[in-house]
Amino acid sequence: MSSGLVFAAAGAVLFAMGLAGIVLIGHLLRRILAFNVMGSGAFLILVGLAQRAGGADPVPQAMVLTGIVVAVASTALALALARRLHRLTGRTTLSATDSDPE
Amino acid sequence: MTDPVAWLILLPLVWATGAFVLGPGRGARLAIGALLVQCALALQLAVEVLAYGGRTHPVGGWGAPLGIDLAADGLSAVMLLLAQALALPLAVYARAYFAENAPTVRYFWPLAGFLLAGINALFLAADLFNLYVTLELVGLAAVGLVAAGGTARQVAAALRYLFAALAGSLLYLLGVALIYGAYGTVSLETLAPLVDARAPAAVWIAGGLMLAGLMLKTAIFPFHYWLPPAHGGAPAPVSALLSALVVKASFYLILRLSLDVFAPLAAAAATVLGLLGAAAIVWGSWQALRTDHIKMLVAWSTVAQLGYLFLVFPLLAPDGLALQAGGMQAIAHGLAKAAMFAAAGVLMLATGRDTLVGLAGVAGRVPLTLFAFGLAGVTLMGLPPSGGFLAKWLLIEAALTHGQWGWVAVVIGGGLLAAAYVFRVLRQAFLLAPADSRFHPVPRSMEWTAFVLAAASVLLGLRGVELMALLARGAA
Repeated sequence: MSSGLVFAAAGAVLFAMGLAGIVLIGHLLRRILAFNVMGSGAFLILVGLAQRAGGADPVPQAMVLTGIVVAVASTALALALARRLHRLTGRTTLSATDSDPE
Repeated sequence: MTDPVAWLILLPLVWATGAFVLGPGRGARLAIGALLVQCALALQLAVEVLAYGGRTHPVGGWGAPLGIDLAADGLSAVMLLLAQALALPLAVYARAYFAENAPTVRYFWPLAGFLLAGINALFLAADLFNLYVTLELVGLAAVGLVAAGGTARQVAAALRYLFAALAGSLLYLLGVALIYGAYGTVSLETLAPLVDARAPAAVWIAGGLMLAGLMLKTAIFPFHYWLPPAHGGAPAPVSALLSALVVKASFYLILRLSLDVFAPLAAAAATVLGLLGAAAIVWGSWQALRTDHIKMLVAWSTVAQLGYLFLVFPLLAPDGLALQAGGMQAIAHGLAKAAMFAAAGVLMLATGRDTLVGLAGVAGRVPLTLFAFGLAGVTLMGLPPSGGFLAKWLLIEAALTHGQWGWVAVVIGGGLLAAAYVFRVLRQAFLLAPADSRFHPVPRSMEWTAFVLAAASVLLGLRGVELMALLARGAA
Protein backbone atom coordinates (compact mmCIF):
# COMPACT_ATOMS: atom_id res chain seq x y z
CA MET A 1 0.00 0.00 0.00
CA SER A 2 1.55 3.27 -1.10
CA SER A 3 1.62 6.36 1.12
CA GLY A 4 -0.93 8.01 -1.19
CA LEU A 5 -3.44 5.24 -0.60
CA VAL A 6 -2.90 5.47 3.16
CA PHE A 7 -3.76 9.17 2.97
CA ALA A 8 -6.83 8.42 0.88
CA ALA A 9 -8.03 5.69 3.26
CA ALA A 10 -7.54 8.00 6.26
CA GLY A 11 -9.47 10.65 4.33
CA ALA A 12 -12.36 8.26 3.70
CA VAL A 13 -12.52 7.44 7.43
CA LEU A 14 -12.50 11.16 8.34
CA PHE A 15 -15.19 11.89 5.77
CA ALA A 16 -17.42 9.14 7.14
CA MET A 17 -16.85 10.33 10.73
CA GLY A 18 -17.76 13.88 9.76
CA LEU A 19 -20.88 12.72 7.93
CA ALA A 20 -21.95 10.68 10.93
CA GLY A 21 -21.29 13.74 13.09
CA ILE A 22 -23.58 16.08 11.18
CA VAL A 23 -26.36 13.51 11.11
CA LEU A 24 -26.12 12.47 14.77
CA ILE A 25 -24.97 15.59 16.65
CA GLY A 26 -27.41 18.35 17.54
CA HIS A 27 -25.06 20.88 19.13
CA LEU A 28 -24.31 23.56 16.54
CA LEU A 29 -20.64 24.06 17.38
CA ARG A 30 -19.85 20.36 17.26
CA ARG A 31 -21.81 20.06 14.05
CA ILE A 32 -19.73 22.82 12.46
CA LEU A 33 -16.59 20.99 13.58
CA ALA A 34 -17.96 17.82 12.01
CA PHE A 35 -18.21 19.69 8.70
CA ASN A 36 -14.57 20.63 8.99
CA VAL A 37 -13.59 17.02 9.69
CA MET A 38 -15.60 15.97 6.64
CA GLY A 39 -13.91 18.62 4.49
CA SER A 40 -10.43 17.57 5.66
CA GLY A 41 -11.29 14.00 4.68
CA ALA A 42 -12.22 15.10 1.16
CA PHE A 43 -8.98 17.11 0.88
CA LEU A 44 -6.87 14.13 2.01
CA ILE A 45 -8.50 11.92 -0.58
CA LEU A 46 -7.94 14.54 -3.27
CA VAL A 47 -4.21 14.85 -2.48
CA GLY A 48 -3.67 11.17 -1.63
CA LEU A 49 -5.25 9.60 -4.70
CA ALA A 50 -3.38 11.94 -7.02
CA GLN A 51 0.08 10.77 -5.79
CA ARG A 52 0.60 8.03 -8.30
CA ALA A 53 4.04 8.23 -9.85
CA GLY A 54 5.69 8.88 -6.48
CA GLY A 55 5.94 12.64 -6.93
CA ALA A 56 3.28 15.06 -5.74
CA ASP A 57 0.85 16.44 -8.32
CA PRO A 58 0.61 20.24 -7.98
CA VAL A 59 -2.92 20.63 -9.42
CA PRO A 60 -4.83 18.94 -6.55
CA GLN A 61 -2.68 20.84 -4.05
CA ALA A 62 -3.83 24.11 -5.63
CA MET A 63 -7.40 22.79 -5.48
CA VAL A 64 -7.08 21.93 -1.80
CA LEU A 65 -5.77 25.44 -1.07
CA THR A 66 -8.83 26.88 -2.78
CA GLY A 67 -10.98 24.40 -0.91
CA ILE A 68 -9.50 25.46 2.43
CA VAL A 69 -10.33 29.10 1.68
CA VAL A 70 -13.91 28.09 0.92
CA ALA A 71 -14.07 25.98 4.10
CA VAL A 72 -12.78 28.86 6.25
CA ALA A 73 -15.37 31.22 4.77
CA SER A 74 -18.26 28.84 5.32
CA THR A 75 -17.10 27.98 8.86
CA ALA A 76 -16.97 31.68 9.70
CA LEU A 77 -20.49 32.21 8.33
CA ALA A 78 -21.80 29.17 10.23
CA LEU A 79 -20.19 30.35 13.47
CA ALA A 80 -21.60 33.86 13.05
CA LEU A 81 -25.09 32.45 12.47
CA ALA A 82 -24.78 30.05 15.42
CA ARG A 83 -23.69 32.91 17.72
CA ARG A 84 -26.59 35.03 16.50
CA LEU A 85 -29.06 32.20 17.15
CA HIS A 86 -27.61 31.70 20.63
CA ARG A 87 -27.93 35.41 21.43
CA LEU A 88 -31.50 35.61 20.13
CA THR A 89 -32.90 32.41 21.62
CA GLY A 90 -30.33 31.11 24.12
CA ARG A 91 -30.34 27.78 22.29
CA THR A 92 -27.33 25.98 20.81
CA THR A 93 -29.33 23.48 18.78
CA LEU A 94 -31.83 23.73 15.96
CA SER A 95 -35.24 22.71 17.22
CA ALA A 96 -37.95 21.07 15.16
CA THR A 97 -40.40 23.88 15.86
CA ASP A 98 -38.54 26.82 14.34
CA SER A 99 -39.24 25.60 10.84
CA ASP A 100 -42.87 26.57 11.25
CA PRO A 101 -43.75 30.24 11.02
CA GLU A 102 -45.22 31.41 14.30
CA MET B 1 -11.89 43.21 -23.64
CA THR B 2 -15.59 43.34 -24.41
CA ASP B 3 -16.13 39.59 -24.25
CA PRO B 4 -19.51 39.20 -22.50
CA VAL B 5 -18.38 35.90 -20.95
CA ALA B 6 -15.88 37.57 -18.62
CA TRP B 7 -17.96 40.69 -17.93
CA LEU B 8 -21.02 38.70 -16.89
CA ILE B 9 -19.00 37.52 -13.88
CA LEU B 10 -16.95 40.66 -13.27
CA LEU B 11 -19.78 43.20 -13.41
CA PRO B 12 -21.88 41.79 -10.54
CA LEU B 13 -18.71 41.58 -8.41
CA VAL B 14 -18.05 45.25 -9.14
CA TRP B 15 -21.53 46.46 -8.27
CA ALA B 16 -21.75 44.22 -5.22
CA THR B 17 -18.59 45.80 -3.83
CA GLY B 18 -19.78 49.24 -4.90
CA ALA B 19 -23.13 48.75 -3.20
CA PHE B 20 -21.37 47.70 0.01
CA VAL B 21 -19.30 50.91 0.00
CA LEU B 22 -22.01 53.30 -1.19
CA GLY B 23 -24.82 52.02 1.05
CA PRO B 24 -28.30 50.89 0.07
CA GLY B 25 -29.66 54.05 -1.58
CA ARG B 26 -27.03 54.71 -4.24
CA GLY B 27 -26.08 51.02 -4.27
CA ALA B 28 -29.55 50.13 -5.54
CA ARG B 29 -29.28 52.61 -8.41
CA LEU B 30 -25.83 51.27 -9.28
CA ALA B 31 -27.13 47.69 -9.21
CA ILE B 32 -30.10 48.43 -11.47
CA GLY B 33 -27.88 50.27 -13.95
CA ALA B 34 -25.35 47.44 -14.02
CA LEU B 35 -28.10 44.83 -14.38
CA LEU B 36 -29.32 46.61 -17.52
CA VAL B 37 -25.83 46.18 -18.97
CA GLN B 38 -25.76 42.53 -17.87
CA CYS B 39 -29.05 41.88 -19.66
CA ALA B 40 -27.55 43.33 -22.85
CA LEU B 41 -24.40 41.19 -22.39
CA ALA B 42 -26.41 38.00 -21.87
CA LEU B 43 -28.47 38.81 -24.95
CA GLN B 44 -25.32 39.44 -26.99
CA LEU B 45 -23.87 36.11 -25.84
CA ALA B 46 -27.10 34.28 -26.72
CA VAL B 47 -27.12 35.78 -30.21
CA GLU B 48 -23.46 34.85 -30.72
CA VAL B 49 -23.99 31.27 -29.51
CA LEU B 50 -27.03 30.96 -31.77
CA ALA B 51 -25.01 32.14 -34.76
CA TYR B 52 -21.59 30.51 -34.19
CA GLY B 53 -22.17 27.75 -31.61
CA GLY B 54 -20.48 27.31 -28.23
CA ARG B 55 -17.03 28.65 -27.36
CA THR B 56 -14.49 28.80 -24.56
CA HIS B 57 -12.77 31.80 -23.02
CA PRO B 58 -9.43 31.46 -21.18
CA VAL B 59 -9.57 33.89 -18.24
CA GLY B 60 -6.79 36.46 -18.42
CA GLY B 61 -5.28 34.65 -21.41
CA TRP B 62 -4.24 31.69 -19.21
CA GLY B 63 -5.83 28.52 -20.52
CA ALA B 64 -6.45 25.29 -18.60
CA PRO B 65 -4.76 23.46 -16.90
CA LEU B 66 -2.72 26.40 -15.51
CA GLY B 67 -5.54 28.93 -15.71
CA ILE B 68 -9.30 28.72 -15.76
CA ASP B 69 -11.40 28.16 -18.87
CA LEU B 70 -14.93 29.46 -19.17
CA ALA B 71 -17.26 27.78 -21.64
CA ALA B 72 -20.53 29.03 -23.12
CA ASP B 73 -22.96 26.88 -25.09
CA GLY B 74 -26.70 26.85 -25.79
CA LEU B 75 -27.73 25.61 -22.36
CA SER B 76 -25.55 28.04 -20.45
CA ALA B 77 -26.58 30.96 -22.69
CA VAL B 78 -30.24 30.24 -21.93
CA MET B 79 -29.61 29.99 -18.19
CA LEU B 80 -27.57 33.22 -18.21
CA LEU B 81 -30.35 34.99 -20.05
CA LEU B 82 -32.85 33.72 -17.47
CA ALA B 83 -30.66 34.84 -14.56
CA GLN B 84 -30.25 38.41 -15.83
CA ALA B 85 -33.88 38.66 -16.98
CA LEU B 86 -35.03 37.67 -13.48
CA ALA B 87 -32.56 39.79 -11.56
CA LEU B 88 -33.42 43.11 -13.26
CA PRO B 89 -37.16 43.26 -12.42
CA LEU B 90 -36.48 41.82 -8.97
CA ALA B 91 -33.92 44.57 -8.34
CA VAL B 92 -36.52 47.22 -9.22
CA TYR B 93 -38.98 45.41 -6.95
CA ALA B 94 -36.46 45.10 -4.11
CA ARG B 95 -35.65 48.81 -4.23
CA ALA B 96 -39.28 49.68 -3.55
CA TYR B 97 -39.76 46.78 -1.10
CA PHE B 98 -36.83 47.71 1.11
CA ALA B 99 -37.86 51.36 1.13
CA GLU B 100 -40.85 50.05 3.13
CA ASN B 101 -38.84 47.58 5.29
CA ALA B 102 -35.63 49.43 6.13
CA PRO B 103 -33.75 47.11 8.55
CA THR B 104 -32.95 44.20 6.19
CA VAL B 105 -31.74 46.40 3.36
CA ARG B 106 -28.14 46.96 4.40
CA TYR B 107 -26.69 43.69 3.15
CA PHE B 108 -29.20 42.88 0.44
CA TRP B 109 -27.48 44.58 -2.50
CA PRO B 110 -23.92 43.32 -1.88
CA LEU B 111 -25.16 39.77 -1.22
CA ALA B 112 -27.43 39.82 -4.27
CA GLY B 113 -24.47 40.93 -6.39
CA PHE B 114 -22.22 38.16 -5.10
CA LEU B 115 -25.03 35.67 -5.60
CA LEU B 116 -25.45 36.72 -9.21
CA ALA B 117 -21.69 36.65 -9.86
CA GLY B 118 -21.58 33.10 -8.45
CA ILE B 119 -24.55 31.97 -10.52
CA ASN B 120 -23.18 33.45 -13.75
CA ALA B 121 -19.79 31.85 -13.06
CA LEU B 122 -21.47 28.51 -12.40
CA PHE B 123 -23.29 28.60 -15.74
CA LEU B 124 -19.97 29.34 -17.47
CA ALA B 125 -17.64 27.01 -15.54
CA ALA B 126 -15.93 24.35 -17.65
CA ASP B 127 -14.45 22.00 -15.05
CA LEU B 128 -15.70 20.05 -12.06
CA PHE B 129 -13.63 21.91 -9.47
CA ASN B 130 -14.67 25.40 -10.60
CA LEU B 131 -18.22 24.15 -10.46
CA TYR B 132 -17.61 23.25 -6.80
CA VAL B 133 -16.22 26.71 -6.02
CA THR B 134 -19.06 28.54 -7.76
CA LEU B 135 -21.59 26.24 -6.09
CA GLU B 136 -20.17 27.27 -2.71
CA LEU B 137 -20.18 30.97 -3.64
CA VAL B 138 -23.85 30.73 -4.59
CA GLY B 139 -24.65 28.79 -1.42
CA LEU B 140 -22.88 31.18 0.95
CA ALA B 141 -24.44 34.28 -0.63
CA ALA B 142 -27.88 32.65 -0.54
CA VAL B 143 -27.51 31.73 3.14
CA GLY B 144 -26.48 35.31 3.87
CA LEU B 145 -29.60 36.59 2.10
CA VAL B 146 -31.86 34.26 4.10
CA ALA B 147 -30.31 35.46 7.37
CA ALA B 148 -30.21 39.15 6.41
CA GLY B 149 -33.48 39.87 8.20
CA GLY B 150 -31.86 38.87 11.49
CA THR B 151 -34.87 37.40 13.33
CA ALA B 152 -34.43 34.12 15.22
CA ARG B 153 -36.62 32.24 12.76
CA GLN B 154 -34.66 33.51 9.75
CA VAL B 155 -31.31 32.72 11.38
CA ALA B 156 -32.48 29.19 12.21
CA ALA B 157 -33.72 28.71 8.63
CA ALA B 158 -30.41 30.05 7.32
CA LEU B 159 -28.42 27.63 9.50
CA ARG B 160 -30.54 24.71 8.37
CA TYR B 161 -30.02 25.80 4.77
CA LEU B 162 -26.27 26.25 5.32
CA PHE B 163 -25.90 22.75 6.77
CA ALA B 164 -27.79 21.24 3.84
CA ALA B 165 -25.75 23.26 1.35
CA LEU B 166 -22.42 22.39 3.00
CA ALA B 167 -23.22 18.68 3.21
CA GLY B 168 -24.26 18.78 -0.44
CA SER B 169 -21.16 20.50 -1.67
CA LEU B 170 -18.82 18.29 0.42
CA LEU B 171 -20.40 15.18 -1.09
CA TYR B 172 -19.87 16.77 -4.49
CA LEU B 173 -16.25 17.60 -3.61
CA LEU B 174 -15.55 14.00 -2.58
CA GLY B 175 -16.88 12.94 -5.96
CA VAL B 176 -14.51 15.40 -7.66
CA ALA B 177 -11.59 13.99 -5.65
CA LEU B 178 -12.40 10.43 -6.75
CA ILE B 179 -12.75 11.51 -10.38
CA TYR B 180 -9.39 13.29 -10.26
CA GLY B 181 -7.85 10.20 -8.68
CA ALA B 182 -9.20 8.03 -11.49
CA TYR B 183 -8.49 10.23 -14.52
CA GLY B 184 -6.09 12.98 -13.42
CA THR B 185 -8.28 15.75 -14.84
CA VAL B 186 -11.43 17.67 -13.92
CA SER B 187 -12.09 19.32 -17.28
CA LEU B 188 -15.59 18.47 -18.52
CA GLU B 189 -14.40 18.41 -22.11
CA THR B 190 -11.55 15.96 -21.44
CA LEU B 191 -13.61 13.75 -19.15
CA ALA B 192 -16.59 13.28 -21.48
CA PRO B 193 -14.95 10.72 -23.82
CA LEU B 194 -13.12 8.97 -20.94
CA VAL B 195 -16.14 7.94 -18.83
CA ASP B 196 -18.13 5.04 -20.23
CA ALA B 197 -20.20 2.14 -18.93
CA ARG B 198 -17.02 0.16 -18.16
CA ALA B 199 -15.66 2.88 -15.85
CA PRO B 200 -14.01 1.68 -12.59
CA ALA B 201 -16.10 1.42 -9.42
CA ALA B 202 -14.58 4.62 -7.99
CA VAL B 203 -16.13 6.62 -10.83
CA TRP B 204 -19.56 5.12 -10.21
CA ILE B 205 -19.24 5.96 -6.51
CA ALA B 206 -18.09 9.47 -7.45
CA GLY B 207 -21.10 9.90 -9.74
CA GLY B 208 -23.43 8.73 -6.99
CA LEU B 209 -21.89 11.07 -4.40
CA MET B 210 -22.05 14.07 -6.72
CA LEU B 211 -25.63 13.30 -7.65
CA ALA B 212 -26.64 12.93 -3.99
CA GLY B 213 -24.91 16.20 -3.07
CA LEU B 214 -26.54 18.13 -5.89
CA MET B 215 -29.96 16.65 -5.15
CA LEU B 216 -29.61 17.86 -1.56
CA LYS B 217 -28.86 21.35 -2.88
CA THR B 218 -31.68 21.27 -5.43
CA ALA B 219 -34.09 20.28 -2.63
CA ILE B 220 -35.67 17.45 -4.58
CA PHE B 221 -37.93 15.16 -2.53
CA PRO B 222 -36.93 13.71 0.01
CA PHE B 223 -34.15 16.32 0.47
CA HIS B 224 -36.58 19.24 0.42
CA TYR B 225 -36.87 19.69 4.20
CA TRP B 226 -34.75 22.86 4.32
CA LEU B 227 -36.45 24.68 1.45
CA PRO B 228 -39.87 25.80 2.75
CA PRO B 229 -38.57 27.50 5.95
CA ALA B 230 -35.67 29.16 4.09
CA HIS B 231 -37.70 30.34 1.10
CA GLY B 232 -40.91 30.99 3.01
CA GLY B 233 -39.27 32.94 5.84
CA ALA B 234 -37.01 35.29 3.88
CA PRO B 235 -38.07 38.77 2.68
CA ALA B 236 -40.09 38.62 -0.57
CA PRO B 237 -37.34 39.69 -3.04
CA VAL B 238 -34.94 37.18 -1.47
CA SER B 239 -37.48 34.36 -1.65
CA ALA B 240 -38.05 35.22 -5.30
CA LEU B 241 -34.33 35.11 -6.12
CA LEU B 242 -33.80 31.83 -4.23
CA SER B 243 -36.83 29.98 -5.53
CA ALA B 244 -36.59 31.18 -9.10
CA LEU B 245 -32.84 31.03 -9.60
CA VAL B 246 -30.68 29.41 -6.92
CA VAL B 247 -32.26 25.95 -6.92
CA LYS B 248 -32.00 26.00 -10.72
CA ALA B 249 -28.23 26.36 -10.44
CA SER B 250 -27.69 22.91 -8.94
CA PHE B 251 -30.35 21.45 -11.25
CA TYR B 252 -28.41 22.90 -14.19
CA LEU B 253 -25.35 21.12 -12.86
CA ILE B 254 -27.12 17.73 -12.65
CA LEU B 255 -28.47 18.22 -16.16
CA ARG B 256 -25.11 19.32 -17.55
CA LEU B 257 -23.23 16.41 -15.95
CA SER B 258 -25.77 13.80 -17.00
CA LEU B 259 -25.72 15.13 -20.57
CA ASP B 260 -22.05 14.61 -21.27
CA VAL B 261 -19.63 13.42 -18.58
CA PHE B 262 -21.88 11.05 -16.68
CA ALA B 263 -24.25 10.10 -19.49
CA PRO B 264 -23.68 6.33 -18.97
CA LEU B 265 -24.06 6.66 -15.18
CA ALA B 266 -27.08 8.95 -15.41
CA ALA B 267 -28.92 6.40 -17.53
CA ALA B 268 -28.73 3.97 -14.62
CA ALA B 269 -30.22 6.45 -12.12
CA ALA B 270 -32.74 8.02 -14.51
CA THR B 271 -35.84 6.10 -13.42
CA VAL B 272 -35.13 6.73 -9.74
CA LEU B 273 -34.74 10.47 -10.44
CA GLY B 274 -38.02 10.48 -12.35
CA LEU B 275 -39.84 8.70 -9.51
CA LEU B 276 -38.42 11.16 -6.97
CA GLY B 277 -39.64 13.96 -9.23
CA ALA B 278 -43.12 12.45 -9.29
CA ALA B 279 -43.07 12.09 -5.49
CA ALA B 280 -41.98 15.73 -5.16
CA ILE B 281 -44.89 16.88 -7.33
CA VAL B 282 -47.42 15.03 -5.19
CA TRP B 283 -45.91 15.80 -1.77
CA GLY B 284 -45.12 19.47 -2.51
CA SER B 285 -48.61 20.11 -3.88
CA TRP B 286 -50.22 18.30 -0.93
CA GLN B 287 -48.31 20.46 1.56
CA ALA B 288 -49.18 23.58 -0.47
CA LEU B 289 -52.84 22.60 -0.12
CA ARG B 290 -52.51 22.28 3.66
CA THR B 291 -50.51 25.33 4.72
CA ASP B 292 -52.17 28.48 6.07
CA HIS B 293 -49.37 30.90 5.15
CA ILE B 294 -49.25 32.44 1.74
CA LYS B 295 -45.45 32.38 1.35
CA MET B 296 -45.20 28.82 2.64
CA LEU B 297 -47.76 27.89 -0.02
CA VAL B 298 -45.57 29.42 -2.71
CA ALA B 299 -42.45 27.74 -1.24
CA TRP B 300 -44.13 24.30 -1.20
CA SER B 301 -45.18 24.95 -4.77
CA THR B 302 -41.47 25.31 -5.58
CA VAL B 303 -40.87 21.83 -4.12
CA ALA B 304 -43.59 20.50 -6.42
CA GLN B 305 -42.42 22.33 -9.52
CA LEU B 306 -38.84 21.14 -9.03
CA GLY B 307 -40.27 17.66 -9.46
CA TYR B 308 -41.06 18.40 -13.11
CA LEU B 309 -37.39 19.18 -13.72
CA PHE B 310 -36.51 15.67 -12.56
CA LEU B 311 -39.07 14.04 -14.86
CA VAL B 312 -36.69 15.09 -17.63
CA PHE B 313 -34.04 12.50 -16.73
CA PRO B 314 -35.82 9.25 -17.67
CA LEU B 315 -36.71 10.85 -21.01
CA LEU B 316 -33.28 12.22 -21.98
CA ALA B 317 -32.57 11.04 -25.51
CA PRO B 318 -30.57 12.20 -28.53
CA ASP B 319 -33.72 13.81 -29.98
CA GLY B 320 -33.30 16.64 -27.42
CA LEU B 321 -37.03 16.88 -26.62
CA ALA B 322 -36.54 16.29 -22.91
CA LEU B 323 -33.65 18.75 -22.74
CA GLN B 324 -35.84 21.42 -24.32
CA ALA B 325 -38.63 20.54 -21.90
CA GLY B 326 -36.27 20.86 -18.94
CA GLY B 327 -34.88 24.18 -20.12
CA MET B 328 -38.36 25.51 -20.80
CA GLN B 329 -39.65 24.37 -17.40
CA ALA B 330 -36.65 26.00 -15.67
CA ILE B 331 -37.36 29.32 -17.43
CA ALA B 332 -41.14 29.21 -17.08
CA HIS B 333 -41.01 28.23 -13.42
CA GLY B 334 -38.27 30.81 -12.75
CA LEU B 335 -40.35 33.67 -14.16
CA ALA B 336 -43.63 32.45 -12.64
CA LYS B 337 -42.17 31.79 -9.19
CA ALA B 338 -40.40 35.17 -9.10
CA ALA B 339 -43.73 36.78 -10.02
CA MET B 340 -45.58 34.74 -7.40
CA PHE B 341 -43.23 35.61 -4.53
CA ALA B 342 -43.20 39.25 -5.65
CA ALA B 343 -47.00 39.26 -5.70
CA ALA B 344 -47.14 37.48 -2.33
CA GLY B 345 -44.86 40.20 -0.93
CA VAL B 346 -47.23 42.90 -2.17
CA LEU B 347 -50.28 41.09 -0.76
CA MET B 348 -48.59 40.73 2.63
CA LEU B 349 -47.54 44.37 2.62
CA ALA B 350 -51.04 45.48 1.65
CA THR B 351 -52.86 43.43 4.25
CA GLY B 352 -50.14 43.47 6.92
CA ARG B 353 -50.77 39.73 7.46
CA ASP B 354 -49.11 36.60 6.13
CA THR B 355 -52.00 34.14 6.30
CA LEU B 356 -54.39 33.04 3.58
CA VAL B 357 -57.35 34.07 5.74
CA GLY B 358 -55.95 37.61 5.85
CA LEU B 359 -56.21 37.88 2.07
CA ALA B 360 -59.96 38.47 2.08
CA GLY B 361 -60.81 41.53 0.02
CA VAL B 362 -57.46 42.08 -1.71
CA ALA B 363 -59.13 41.61 -5.11
CA GLY B 364 -60.59 45.11 -4.82
CA ARG B 365 -57.46 46.75 -3.36
CA VAL B 366 -54.51 45.44 -5.38
CA PRO B 367 -56.18 43.94 -8.47
CA LEU B 368 -53.04 44.20 -10.62
CA THR B 369 -51.04 42.11 -8.15
CA LEU B 370 -53.76 39.52 -7.85
CA PHE B 371 -53.88 39.35 -11.64
CA ALA B 372 -50.10 38.79 -11.64
CA PHE B 373 -50.50 36.00 -9.07
CA GLY B 374 -53.18 34.40 -11.23
CA LEU B 375 -51.09 34.67 -14.40
CA ALA B 376 -48.13 33.06 -12.65
CA GLY B 377 -50.56 30.36 -11.51
CA VAL B 378 -51.59 29.81 -15.14
CA THR B 379 -47.96 29.00 -15.93
CA LEU B 380 -47.60 26.66 -12.95
CA MET B 381 -50.79 24.82 -13.92
CA GLY B 382 -49.53 24.55 -17.48
CA LEU B 383 -52.46 26.16 -19.27
CA PRO B 384 -51.91 27.39 -22.84
CA PRO B 385 -50.35 29.66 -24.05
CA SER B 386 -47.98 29.91 -21.08
CA GLY B 387 -44.34 28.81 -20.94
CA GLY B 388 -45.37 26.16 -18.42
CA PHE B 389 -47.77 24.73 -21.00
CA LEU B 390 -44.99 24.53 -23.55
CA ALA B 391 -42.67 22.78 -21.06
CA LYS B 392 -45.29 20.25 -20.00
CA TRP B 393 -46.37 19.68 -23.60
CA LEU B 394 -42.77 18.88 -24.55
CA LEU B 395 -42.49 16.54 -21.55
CA ILE B 396 -45.66 14.71 -22.57
CA GLU B 397 -44.48 14.53 -26.17
CA ALA B 398 -41.13 13.09 -25.05
CA ALA B 399 -42.89 10.56 -22.81
CA LEU B 400 -45.19 9.45 -25.64
CA THR B 401 -42.31 9.19 -28.12
CA HIS B 402 -40.51 6.81 -25.78
CA GLY B 403 -43.69 4.93 -24.90
CA GLN B 404 -43.40 5.79 -21.18
CA TRP B 405 -47.06 6.53 -20.49
CA GLY B 406 -46.77 6.73 -16.70
CA TRP B 407 -45.02 10.12 -16.75
CA VAL B 408 -47.92 11.63 -18.73
CA ALA B 409 -50.28 10.93 -15.86
CA VAL B 410 -47.86 12.57 -13.42
CA VAL B 411 -47.56 15.72 -15.55
CA ILE B 412 -51.33 16.10 -15.94
CA GLY B 413 -52.07 15.23 -12.30
CA GLY B 414 -49.48 17.75 -11.13
CA GLY B 415 -51.17 20.46 -13.20
CA LEU B 416 -54.51 19.75 -11.50
CA LEU B 417 -52.91 19.89 -8.05
CA ALA B 418 -51.27 23.21 -8.95
CA ALA B 419 -54.68 24.53 -9.98
CA ALA B 420 -56.07 23.48 -6.61
CA TYR B 421 -53.54 25.40 -4.54
CA VAL B 422 -53.54 28.49 -6.78
CA PHE B 423 -57.32 28.68 -6.52
CA ARG B 424 -57.10 28.48 -2.72
CA VAL B 425 -55.42 31.91 -2.85
CA LEU B 426 -57.70 33.35 -5.50
CA ARG B 427 -60.82 32.20 -3.67
CA GLN B 428 -59.76 33.95 -0.47
CA ALA B 429 -58.85 37.10 -2.37
CA PHE B 430 -62.35 37.48 -3.79
CA LEU B 431 -64.11 37.14 -0.44
CA LEU B 432 -65.44 40.31 1.16
CA ALA B 433 -63.02 41.98 3.52
CA PRO B 434 -64.07 42.04 7.19
CA ALA B 435 -65.23 45.49 8.28
CA ASP B 436 -62.26 46.14 10.57
CA SER B 437 -59.56 45.29 8.01
CA ARG B 438 -57.05 47.95 7.01
CA PHE B 439 -55.08 48.14 3.78
CA HIS B 440 -51.69 49.79 3.41
CA PRO B 441 -50.85 51.52 0.15
CA VAL B 442 -48.21 49.67 -1.91
CA PRO B 443 -45.72 51.30 -4.32
CA ARG B 444 -46.84 50.98 -7.95
CA SER B 445 -43.40 49.81 -9.07
CA MET B 446 -43.74 46.65 -6.94
CA GLU B 447 -47.12 45.82 -8.42
CA TRP B 448 -45.87 46.38 -11.95
CA THR B 449 -42.69 44.32 -11.64
CA ALA B 450 -44.70 41.36 -10.32
CA PHE B 451 -47.04 41.81 -13.26
CA VAL B 452 -44.22 42.07 -15.82
CA LEU B 453 -42.62 38.84 -14.54
CA ALA B 454 -45.95 37.00 -14.60
CA ALA B 455 -46.82 38.30 -18.08
CA ALA B 456 -43.37 37.24 -19.32
CA SER B 457 -43.91 33.71 -18.00
CA VAL B 458 -47.18 33.46 -19.94
CA LEU B 459 -46.01 35.17 -23.15
CA LEU B 460 -42.93 32.92 -23.17
CA GLY B 461 -45.15 30.22 -24.65
CA LEU B 462 -45.77 32.38 -27.71
CA ARG B 463 -42.14 33.35 -28.27
CA GLY B 464 -40.41 30.11 -27.29
CA VAL B 465 -38.99 29.28 -30.72
CA GLU B 466 -35.73 31.21 -30.37
CA LEU B 467 -35.09 29.78 -26.91
CA MET B 468 -35.75 26.27 -28.19
CA ALA B 469 -33.30 26.82 -31.04
CA LEU B 470 -30.74 27.99 -28.49
CA LEU B 471 -31.41 24.95 -26.29
CA ALA B 472 -31.05 22.73 -29.33
CA ARG B 473 -27.51 24.07 -29.50
CA GLY B 474 -27.51 22.08 -26.27
CA ALA B 475 -24.44 21.06 -24.35
CA ALA B 476 -22.10 21.20 -27.32
